Amino acid sequence: MITTIISVVAYVVLAPLVGGLLAGLDRIVSARMQGRVGPPLLQPFYDVFKLREKEDITVNNVQDFYVTCFFFFVVVTGAFFFAGGDLLLVIFTLTLASVFLIVAAFSSNSPYSQIGAERELLQMMAYEPMVLLTAIGFYMTEGSFKVKDIISGGAMDFLPLVGVFFGFIFILTLKFRKSPFDLSMSHHAHQELVKGLVTEFSGKTMALIEVAHWYENIFLLGFVFLFFANGTIWGAVIGVVVCLLAYFLEVFIDNNFARMKWQVAINSAWLVALILGVINLFIVYLI
Amino acid sequence: MGTIFFLILFPLVVAFVLLVVKADAARGAIVKFAALVIAAGSIFLAVQYFQNGGQYFDFSNETVNYVMMVIEACLAIYIIYTGIKHKKYLASLFAIIQTPLLIWFELTKGHHIQVGSNLYIDRLSMIMALIIGIIGSLICVYALGYMKDFQHHHSGEKDRRPWFFFVMFVFLAAMFGLVTSNNLIWMYFFWEITSLSSFFLIGYTKTKEATNNAFRALIMNLLGGLGFAVGILILGFVYDTIELSTMITYGTMYQGIMAIPAAFLAFAGITKAAQMPFNSWLLGAMVAPTPTSALLHSSTMVKAGVFMIIKLAPCLGMGNFAGLMVMTVGGVTFLMASFAAISQSNAKKVLAYSTIANLGLIVTCGGIGTAGAVWAGIMLIIFHAITKSLLFLCVGTAEHNIGSRDIEDMDGLFGRMPRLATFVMIGIAGMFLAPFGMLISKWASMTAFVDSGNILLVAIICFGSAATAFYWTKWLGKMAAVVAGAENIQQNVHKEEWFVQGTLVVLTIAACLAFPLVSSYMLVPYLEGVFGGLSSMALSADNMIIMCVMVVVVLLLILFFFGKTKKRIVPIYLAGANEGDDLRFHGAMEKPVSVSLRNWHMESYFGEKKMNVIGCSVTAAVIIIGLGLMIGSLVTILTGGAA
Repeated sequence: MITTIISVVAYVVLAPLVGGLLAGLDRIVSARMQGRVGPPLLQPFYDVFKLREKEDITVNNVQDFYVTCFFFFVVVTGAFFFAGGDLLLVIFTLTLASVFLIVAAFSSNSPYSQIGAERELLQMMAYEPMVLLTAIGFYMTEGSFKVKDIISGGAMDFLPLVGVFFGFIFILTLKFRKSPFDLSMSHHAHQELVKGLVTEFSGKTMALIEVAHWYENIFLLGFVFLFFANGTIWGAVIGVVVCLLAYFLEVFIDNNFARMKWQVAINSAWLVALILGVINLFIVYLI
Repeated sequence: MGTIFFLILFPLVVAFVLLVVKADAARGAIVKFAALVIAAGSIFLAVQYFQNGGQYFDFSNETVNYVMMVIEACLAIYIIYTGIKHKKYLASLFAIIQTPLLIWFELTKGHHIQVGSNLYIDRLSMIMALIIGIIGSLICVYALGYMKDFQHHHSGEKDRRPWFFFVMFVFLAAMFGLVTSNNLIWMYFFWEITSLSSFFLIGYTKTKEATNNAFRALIMNLLGGLGFAVGILILGFVYDTIELSTMITYGTMYQGIMAIPAAFLAFAGITKAAQMPFNSWLLGAMVAPTPTSALLHSSTMVKAGVFMIIKLAPCLGMGNFAGLMVMTVGGVTFLMASFAAISQSNAKKVLAYSTIANLGLIVTCGGIGTAGAVWAGIMLIIFHAITKSLLFLCVGTAEHNIGSRDIEDMDGLFGRMPRLATFVMIGIAGMFLAPFGMLISKWASMTAFVDSGNILLVAIICFGSAATAFYWTKWLGKMAAVVAGAENIQQNVHKEEWFVQGTLVVLTIAACLAFPLVSSYMLVPYLEGVFGGLSSMALSADNMIIMCVMVVVVLLLILFFFGKTKKRIVPIYLAGANEGDDLRFHGAMEKPVSVSLRNWHMESYFGEKKMNVIGCSVTAAVIIIGLGLMIGSLVTILTGGAA
């Protein structure tokens, strides 16, 4: 019980710090790949602080509510994860959070944010099967959906679930909203429709979305970590290293692809889920 | 036993009274009173059940059997006549085959089979009775206001409302009979009455389209009825019983032994639950007035189909072909109907496809036939009945007030009819979002699918859930959109409509809070009784508690923070200069250009026709193979071949 509380509190406090640092690192690495020096490491934090000082404006009186709920449930999702809770519960709560964000964008009735919202919805439909298959994969190898049991389970799930692992890495591009699948919102100004999903958000609301993404990124990497955790220190070390590598890989992909059409996103994500996910599960079932 | 009789006979009496009462005020009073009594009666039945716990009733009365037989014959003659009159010979043909077949059986073989108990009540039929009694009668009350408007919109036509309410109440009576019959011949009798009632309700407007769709529904359900009759015949001749309880006891003891009759009865359930390839009758049923759709989709008709399959679950399962047939049909239907829903913009059609998809999930749960799967299936029945009736009734109200049932025309409903939009949003959230009802049951069914080891079904539910989230969220977004300059027009809505919808909203939320209790007092004892041993709940207790807490948190968040902002409200960005009203921008030609937004339907991916062709051909093949195998093994048994 005590450890559960400690890890949840640690997540709530540390996740935005680590997430923000990762975002800063992302920007430096991206800049180096593009032959620039890039901003300081703490730039994402400066950005958020600056956003918080902007004038308080909004386009209607309900949007902030939806965004706040989005933020709240992203944090809750991560809390479930780090409390060692049920993976399906984690996924469903994340869906709830995402729906709040999408509804926030819809509520503005602005063309650009609506296009962003629908694209976000499409991305959700694209990655959802693979995310669910990942959770089911853990259940089939460990006999439990609980993060607690998966982490302490003796075997390294990466080996039986190697297909699921690569499938999950593939859809991470969608989840992190990295190019080529940054359809709903992008930090590459040259390929964005105004500002996509977040067109109508500003100031503190926008800052909240940024921080929510840091939270989200951390527990998504937590999923990657689960593949390697086997209750030993070595498993944990390998897990953290692979998380960093995965993040670096996403940044690398982000800088090497232009945005692709939405058809590519859904076709490829579902194909990956079918081939790497379903077939892997079928093999796990057989052995 | 008295309460069951009352629940069957009282709606029947009310129905006949409503047939002769022509005045609006009197009809209103009678329907409201009857609805109250029926709802109270079904609750009383539950209370009585918990006090006495009595389960089976030995009610044997030869006269009742003969009366039923005579009514059945009369109905068959009517079907044959009307089929010939409208040149729908298939309907006549099915009636000519099955009714004499069954009457012959009853008079010969059936006469000698000892029936221990004709009626029964267990926790499952009690749940069904509550759904029929509460939701069904709420819909009847809603229909009062709706049908008044409907008559107003079709003022040139004859007022057939007495007939409409007559059929509605007959329907309720038949449903009560259906869920409490232990004698399969009785169940068949009520089954056929529900088929015929929905035929009348769908064809209510008597337009060409309505008549055609009504006949389609009738023909498909008669085909199912034929399956039912064949199932009874096999049970009678081979197993020497016509009792549902005996059949299920055998099925539980030796899984697979009852596979052959179970396959035919499940086939009847599949047609009634509008599974592919029979889904078109439910889509066609949309031509009827909205209360009909609400009734068919939520508490009656299709629920009779899934009730049958859930009931048969112990005789199905991964181990026999009947189970495999049922779960494959359900799974494929769930996936294809979820996809097809994406491509629709007609609100009633989206709801219809979502119903078909959810029924598919329930059918799959029944087909898997483990305690966990059946738990999920029953939960789905409960939550779906409440939420889907709410959504249908909301769409009906929207249609009468904005003049369209198209989701694209519901632009700015949040401003025009704020209360209705809120109700729709609650309903939609209830259909797919954590922590609300349907998601809880979907979660449970996902776990049950994984445990069954059927990886195909696991894949189906993963992809189907993704599609489900897509079409609901885009509708939710449309509802949430705040369009500037919308005028509030919701004062014209009848107060009966608000009352019914409000009650359903309360029920939607209450069900999410009360489901752990429903699980431990109703489902778990039922499952332990049927499957024996320690029944497994599909969800662990702490997950159920987390869900309930989340419901409370979401409600509190909405209550305290919704719509409150101190910020300055500014115009939205429209690329060109916003004209200031958020509806037009200053275009390149120095003229205002108005903005309108449309949803995304992905026709090229999820076109309705394509999904139906794929779904129907796969399921038709599965059913033909499944039933073919059953007939084959039946012949082997009867001829005493190598078994």
